[in-house]
Amino acid sequence: MIKRLARCIRDYKKETILTPLLIIGEVLMECIIPFLTAKLVNEIKGGCDLKIIVRYGLILVAMAVASLFFGAAAGSTCAKASTGFAKNIRHDLFHSIQGFSFENIDKFSTSSLVTRMTTDVSNVQLAFMMIIRLAIRCPLMFIFSITMAFIMGGKLALMFVLVIPILAFALILIGRLALPMFRRIFKKYDAMNESVEENIRGMRVVKAFVREDYEKNKFLSTSEDVRKNFTKAERIIALNQPVMQLCLYLNMVIVMIFGSKMIIESQGTSLNVGEFSTMLTYGFQILMSLMMISMIYVMVTMSIESAKRIVEVLDEKSTLTNPENPVMEVRDGSVSFCDVQFKYASRAERFALQDVNLEIASGQTIGIMGVTGSSKSTLVQLIPRLYDVTTGSVRVGGVDVRDYDMEVLRNEVAMVLQKNELFSGTIRDNLRWGNPNATDEDMEYVCKLAQADEFIRTFPDGYDTWIEQGGTNVSGGQRQRLCIARALLKKPKILILDDSTSAVDTRTDAKIQAGLKTYLPEATKIIIAQRISSVRHADLILLMDGGRIVARGTHEELYATRPDYRETYEIQNHTSEEGGAQA
Amino acid sequence: MSQNAKGPKKAKGTLKLLGRVLRYLFRFYPVMTPLVMLCILFSAVVSAIPAVFMQQVLEEVSLFMETGDWTAAKDVILPKTFLLASFYILSILSNVTYTQMAAVVTQGFLHKLRVKMFTGMEDLPISYFDQRRHGDIMSLYTNDVDALRQLIGNALPTILSAITVSLTVFIVMLYFSVWMTLVVVVGVIGVLVVTKVVGGRSARFFIRQQKSIGKAEGFVQEMMNGQKVIKVFCHEEKSEADYEKVNDELYQDSYQANRFANMLMPILGNIRNILYVFVAFFGGLFLVTNAENASLSGLAFGIDIVVPFLNMTQQFTGNISQVSGQINSIVMAAAGAARIFSLLDEQPETDDGYVKLVNVRKEADGTLVECEEHTGNWAWKHPHSADGTITYEELRGDVRLTDVDFSYVPGKPVLRDITVYAKPGQKVAFVGATGAGKTTITNLINRFYDIEDGKIRYDGININKIKRDDLRRSIGIVLQDTNLFTGTVLENIRYGRLEATDEECYAAARLTGAEDFILRLPDGYATQLTGNGANLSQGQRQLLAISRAAVADPPVLIMDEATSSIDTRTEIIVSRGMDSLMEGRTVFVIAHRLSTVQNADVIMVMDHGQIIERGTHDDLIAQHGVYYQLYTGAFELE
Repeated sequence: MIKRLARCIRDYKKETILTPLLIIGEVLMECIIPFLTAKLVNEIKGGCDLKIIVRYGLILVAMAVASLFFGAAAGSTCAKASTGFAKNIRHDLFHSIQGFSFENIDKFSTSSLVTRMTTDVSNVQLAFMMIIRLAIRCPLMFIFSITMAFIMGGKLALMFVLVIPILAFALILIGRLALPMFRRIFKKYDAMNESVEENIRGMRVVKAFVREDYEKNKFLSTSEDVRKNFTKAERIIALNQPVMQLCLYLNMVIVMIFGSKMIIESQGTSLNVGEFSTMLTYGFQILMSLMMISMIYVMVTMSIESAKRIVEVLDEKSTLTNPENPVMEVRDGSVSFCDVQFKYASRAERFALQDVNLEIASGQTIGIMGVTGSSKSTLVQLIPRLYDVTTGSVRVGGVDVRDYDMEVLRNEVAMVLQKNELFSGTIRDNLRWGNPNATDEDMEYVCKLAQADEFIRTFPDGYDTWIEQGGTNVSGGQRQRLCIARALLKKPKILILDDSTSAVDTRTDAKIQAGLKTYLPEATKIIIAQRISSVRHADLILLMDGGRIVARGTHEELYATRPDYRETYEIQNHTSEEGGAQA
Repeated sequence: MSQNAKGPKKAKGTLKLLGRVLRYLFRFYPVMTPLVMLCILFSAVVSAIPAVFMQQVLEEVSLFMETGDWTAAKDVILPKTFLLASFYILSILSNVTYTQMAAVVTQGFLHKLRVKMFTGMEDLPISYFDQRRHGDIMSLYTNDVDALRQLIGNALPTILSAITVSLTVFIVMLYFSVWMTLVVVVGVIGVLVVTKVVGGRSARFFIRQQKSIGKAEGFVQEMMNGQKVIKVFCHEEKSEADYEKVNDELYQDSYQANRFANMLMPILGNIRNILYVFVAFFGGLFLVTNAENASLSGLAFGIDIVVPFLNMTQQFTGNISQVSGQINSIVMAAAGAARIFSLLDEQPETDDGYVKLVNVRKEADGTLVECEEHTGNWAWKHPHSADGTITYEELRGDVRLTDVDFSYVPGKPVLRDITVYAKPGQKVAFVGATGAGKTTITNLINRFYDIEDGKIRYDGININKIKRDDLRRSIGIVLQDTNLFTGTVLENIRYGRLEATDEECYAAARLTGAEDFILRLPDGYATQLTGNGANLSQGQRQLLAISRAAVADPPVLIMDEATSSIDTRTEIIVSRGMDSLMEGRTVFVIAHRLSTVQNADVIMVMDHGQIIERGTHDDLIAQHGVYYQLYTGAFELE
């Protein structure tokens, strides 16, 4: 895991290495400065030769300047290294996700991917910053201080060593107690925020049912629960400081007594007062560095969870890869399914598709109908190789889809997904997804075909109208038509519309279908629809149920042979206005 | 405006905001807060005392050093050490008390603040939510509350104790020597300048970082949502390139923010070291030159002044830089507090209504008598201030809009001269393009928004006179976007009427046809729903929302019909559910499919905020107007 994350350091290696080096310099200075100040104080006490004071003073100022330089530089490089590291992780994550197949995407939910790219990365960034800045600093400080303490106080410095296990034990105990508590609470905290979000989103419902007080009471108890738990955990953590003080003071008192005894009995030969008080300063530093180490321990353990979740995404191998010598050209728009079986996960019990055999000649129009959950979308998603078959094969232009270069294949197969998304940007920006080099004329042409041009022109900014995130500022039908136009710009050999005109009225739908015929006469068109009117003129209509093609034929054939098809047709014609339209 | 003119004003704003945070703290914990503060002060002072004793012990040690007589020294040194120890114990005790209490107060403060924010938010008018992005409101509860936690939990105690200690030390320093204090003051001014320059820059970048984080998060969210579209269009490289830009911006801002924050402490620490040398030098200089001392104590310069003074310098400047180190927390907290306060300061929905909805019993002679128990009969209790009488008006569901005008933004009318009569049990349908004002009308009937001009009467009573909650209770609503809540299916149905028994909830689900799929869920009615019912299909969610309205059993119903792509069979089930719910009620339905409005008692065709045609289906077809064109498909509904 660490190895994988370390690879994200890359161009910030210099800063990552430089930071601890600079910190070594800073620590060195920090350790020598008290030593010299002690000397300076002694000089002042001992008669005050101004020359010597100035000399010590100059050395000290020089060292302080050096320490300032080291410290500030380390702070700067550390910031660069850690934020750069985070940037690279985010970059790698994004890159990794872009390489995901549909199967990979299904495995992680959208919100979990977002959390991984935001909160988890900042946790790891913080831990990384602590590691390169403090992980060197604290042990170094500890070693320096303890050495100096031994030089100054000899055996007496052992007192500081004795207290270490006690302190370490106490701090680790606190961490052990508090950490699992915090993990539990964060879950509750998330749940609380989720319920706030639910309220903000559903405010109309809350108000319509006059549930304000009900929601207030609900929130009060959730928040109270969070408060109770947080207080408990924080009170444990709050013991850190007093425990630390206890050790420090205990030490001080004992060292005071034994130190005084030693000084007086040896009449200052084995230890003098100046050295003694300097030693106390070092003792303080020893304990401080221990405290810091325990803090790093807590921070790093808390971030391990995040690091794991990041590496999980980084290590996720795309389930679809290009073959070694990919076919780089799609000959035509013919499609054939040969004994296709498919299930979404290898351990899933049910097959989503079973025994699918199908031959579609280039240029044909195919309609697919069936109830929700009959695997209509699954069937068409195999064509641009968004998923791989479990057994059997899917061929496009006579070649197995697994033998194509994926980009080549997908460029020839345009698909308008059922859950379609527009992206924030102008209408023009969105259309260019289909073809980055499309001219204004191209765009207008496909928009006319998709029956989008007319409404685009009613917008004050026309094709430069800004689309909000998720396309929320255009209606469902408008969104669908923009998505169709976007797909048409690709001029594909195969065009798949997965329930893409459900929010468009029948008349417009018919116009779109007519437009497709003239614009792409050779392209194979596969249309999934709920309305029979969308597919009744297709060369072949497939009826699907439970992952199988249960019937196939033209509209007339199905109408004659399939009672369920006939029933649907009659319901739709009875309740919809279509009868009137065509009468 | 120049930078200079802005500076002090901003600082004043920050102080004002922090002052208000403190006022809340005192209001929430009127006893604990001052107690914690006292403990912090006590602990700060007590922690400073041992240093004095330590100095004394050391002096004794140097006195006895020449004699080498430990037994004699012991009698002097040990008591002093024990005194030292007892102060240590006091210091630890006060520390334990205050850190424990601070944990309680901090978490309690956050809890009370959250609840205050939430209760305030629940009472805000719908317009508040319509005008803001949900993510922005949400971040009040996460980021901004967190910034306040930093302030209350860390920054405030640190600042309080540091300021106390430095003030105390400052006075002692003056007691020793004014001249040397002056040297220290000059150094402290240096510290403050550095803090303002470096720390201020850091704070500025932290706020910018906050913005770029939001931006990057929005981008990632959008891309993750559209990931499948990206795949289908082979758009991976382009979206990576776009992300690169966003990511780099975030990096730049967080790099700068962290850089200045990291640099602040080493700079401050070493300025202290340099200052120390200067104080030592001046001390020595004063000693050598026998300069005249000016001090509160009147003592002359001597080693016994210069040496302790050096220690105090360290302590004083150390505390000052501790305060400086908190500048980021303060700036971030002030920004967060400003946003939180603006939520708290929002005006809640007003309610001047005095007509109440009450249970009534129908007497044999037809008069209505108010009663406590649920009778199934409701009436409007209407007190008349003019003559002090009370009249009861039976709740029938008669809604009339007369010449209603409305605009969301003054000067941009959304509705003009809307007149609609809906008699009890009638079905009124609105048909028209997106933005024609259909939903707005329903927003006015249950007073999500108040009309500008005209009249809306419910059973003959002006709706402004009806208590808002009672008005809404009498109107059921099924929205186009179904919002469900975390909880079981049963709880979600019961949301319509909290007192409903399980049996009543089942009955409602049966009525609307939802029971069929509910029983097929893994735990039936007890199935847990999360994330707005993410585990249900659109049609199933819609059925639950209809059942929820059915349990409420209101005389008036508003239905915003769903357009989403549900298959024909599900659609039939949903519309059957809707039909059975609509029976016997006054219904306003916003129709997206003309097929569902054909049997409406009256159809209103809307365009640009006006009703352009009205009548039954047959009337409108005969008129050969817009409706006819829509119906025959010559014209399109969007």
